[in-house]
Amino acid sequence: MTTPLGKDLVGLEHLSRAQIQLLLDTAEPFKEISERAIKKVPTLRGKTIVNLFFEASTRTRVSFEFAEKRLSADTVNVAASGSSVSKGETLVDTARNLEAMRIDMVVIRHGSSGAARFLGERIESNVINAGDGTHEHPTQGLLDMLTLRDNLRRLDGIRVCICGDVLHSRVARSNIWGLRTMGAEVAVCGPRSLLPSAIGEMGVTVFDRIEQAIEWADALNILRLQLERMSAGYIPSLREYNRVFGVTLERLDRAPRELLILHPGPMNRGVEIDSNVADGPHSVILDQVTNGVAVRMAVLYLLAGGRADLAEAAQRAGDDR
Amino acid sequence: MSAPRPVLLAGGRIVDPSQQLDAIGDVLVEDGKVTRAGGKIAGPEGARRVDCSGKVVSPGFVDVHCHLREPGREDVETIASGARAAAAGGFTAVCAMPNTDPVTDNQAAVGFIIRQAQLAGAARVYPIGAISVGQRGEAMAEMGEMIGAGAVAVSDDGKPVVSAHLMRTTLEYARNFGIPVADHCEEPTLAAGGAMNEGIVSARLGLKGIPGEAEEIMVIRDILLARLTGGHVHLCHMSTRGSVELIRWGKDRGINVTAEVCPHHLHLTEEAVGQYNTNAKMNPPLRTAADVEALQQAVKDGTIDVIATDHAPHHYDEKEREFADAPNGIVGLETALAVVNTALVASRIISVHDLVNRMSVLPARIFHLPGGTLRAGAPADVTVFDPAEAWTVDATRFRTKGRNSPWSGRELTGRVHLTLVRGAVAHELAG
Repeated sequence: MTTPLGKDLVGLEHLSRAQIQLLLDTAEPFKEISERAIKKVPTLRGKTIVNLFFEASTRTRVSFEFAEKRLSADTVNVAASGSSVSKGETLVDTARNLEAMRIDMVVIRHGSSGAARFLGERIESNVINAGDGTHEHPTQGLLDMLTLRDNLRRLDGIRVCICGDVLHSRVARSNIWGLRTMGAEVAVCGPRSLLPSAIGEMGVTVFDRIEQAIEWADALNILRLQLERMSAGYIPSLREYNRVFGVTLERLDRAPRELLILHPGPMNRGVEIDSNVADGPHSVILDQVTNGVAVRMAVLYLLAGGRADLAEAAQRAGDDR
Repeated sequence: MSAPRPVLLAGGRIVDPSQQLDAIGDVLVEDGKVTRAGGKIAGPEGARRVDCSGKVVSPGFVDVHCHLREPGREDVETIASGARAAAAGGFTAVCAMPNTDPVTDNQAAVGFIIRQAQLAGAARVYPIGAISVGQRGEAMAEMGEMIGAGAVAVSDDGKPVVSAHLMRTTLEYARNFGIPVADHCEEPTLAAGGAMNEGIVSARLGLKGIPGEAEEIMVIRDILLARLTGGHVHLCHMSTRGSVELIRWGKDRGINVTAEVCPHHLHLTEEAVGQYNTNAKMNPPLRTAADVEALQQAVKDGTIDVIATDHAPHHYDEKEREFADAPNGIVGLETALAVVNTALVASRIISVHDLVNRMSVLPARIFHLPGGTLRAGAPADVTVFDPAEAWTVDATRFRTKGRNSPWSGRELTGRVHLTLVRGAVAHELAG
């Protein structure tokens, strides 16, 4: 089935401004459903969705599962451990077997870049990328943009700095492509050893010092520092990382304007972000989590063939119950 | 084997850089040898006359770098299927790399390959022995015995020789036997985990990149070790502009270095990876347009001596995987002429004469192999090809068992029509 998004959502790099706008606008009416006493609408009743997670994930998997259940889809969670995958089955065989059971959608999280696209090219079901290797995490990018738009009332012209391990971050890539498409100015700041060497060709500004980033930005999206980066020789120590690149209240106090603080989680408190920043007035980190459910409902809805102008009607249908 | 019927290759453009020959004329093959090349020849009684008008008649191509997978992965390629694929690509001789299972690191293993090649017929197959036992990069393998059994060079290809000491002693020891030491240049800590060229495409796709410097560091190391030892280092599958500059530096100083480039590195860039196309994954990876241009110029000016395929068949379902997990390598024997001709000759960067020089004459000379010439008395290893014929590559029709080609479905120009090995037809295009 062709939808305004195509069959699959594998990344934000190749989406148009109109498509991203549609996704964000479609998410708006879905926000309210999660605020109800009875958090359910029948929109995807009868649809079967498999959440295929080859990597451990709590937040993203639960968020997708809530989104699916609140739209009344039937869902199955498949974790790589405890499935035939751990017995050496290939990704394509796993997918074909699932599809042979007649499913409608697959939400996939996988450690290899390109895995979601690979799957989408080989099965008929809609495929939604819930994070593939160090490539993209499109629903995270969308929920970050929705949160920024909620707070700054626009995306066009805002300045967002992505801080930390851009090299290994799928969140960073989805943010860079999505925000640039929507007209935002994007910068990155982090150890040069954790930036792609071709960062200069990605259309972003590079700040070497976190102080420069804070002075420039309207919002910081602070990436999680994977703790194994130290043993792999990318940075000297977590302690030094916090001293040089950590976002601290002291540093934020010198900002010329109010900054929004985003973090995709899970946080390393005291490494990339100090607790009093994470829990402070600048932080919209929990708003991101809330918006994640609405954004994922919008993605599911649109890929299932839902029309954006009917999203509100779908919402009202819930009221009629 | 009885002597094949004489063959008169009539009216083709004879291109033989070994004797500065480039003229329309006939080539006569008798008793497995070239008896005359050039001018108008009246065929002897009973000779088969092949009309070669409009085509090029050249000494057979020689590939100094391919992977025939036997022993160990006969499901992917055998010496017989590889030798047939070679002949179909106009190659009359190929050198088989030793990264088989078990590794070709002793005289018995070398002898096995020689025997399988004799049984296969088709193109000649010359074994390359391993530099180190088990290609582990530690103890030197028994080079003298392997050469005695028929090996023509040594290499740990597929793996770099990490130890500079081992590379040094190998270059020294190889001098006793007068053979080249072929090295796969890759600094392993820089290249670790890499799946494609490091650059904007790898950054976009979220794939770990391999910087060109991983190759270049080993290129200059090897050149310096060749200077130190006087040994002949042959640099495999060069892929970067920087490597070209370093080789030029070495050659300018008279250092005994030769180098090869693969057809794919002369024709495709990292953009061919597209959206995780595993048939564009090989090591070294496809690089940038600037690298391709530098390599093309290096073929033209001779900084790069020879073109070699690095033919590397894989089973289709090994390539049908997540990009990072798919094996490196593409098949190349049956597309080499067409790719080089399309990338370099049709675009007027080099002449057909240069192409034959770098695909036949010089590979034979550098690796001290028979062939690479149509002089009277030389073995009748001959290739007839049409440099103007366009055709669409269809991997399902390959003689190799591999289907992993980035050119499948693409139109290329230049097609092999006839391959003679020892005067016998090893390949003939139908129709």
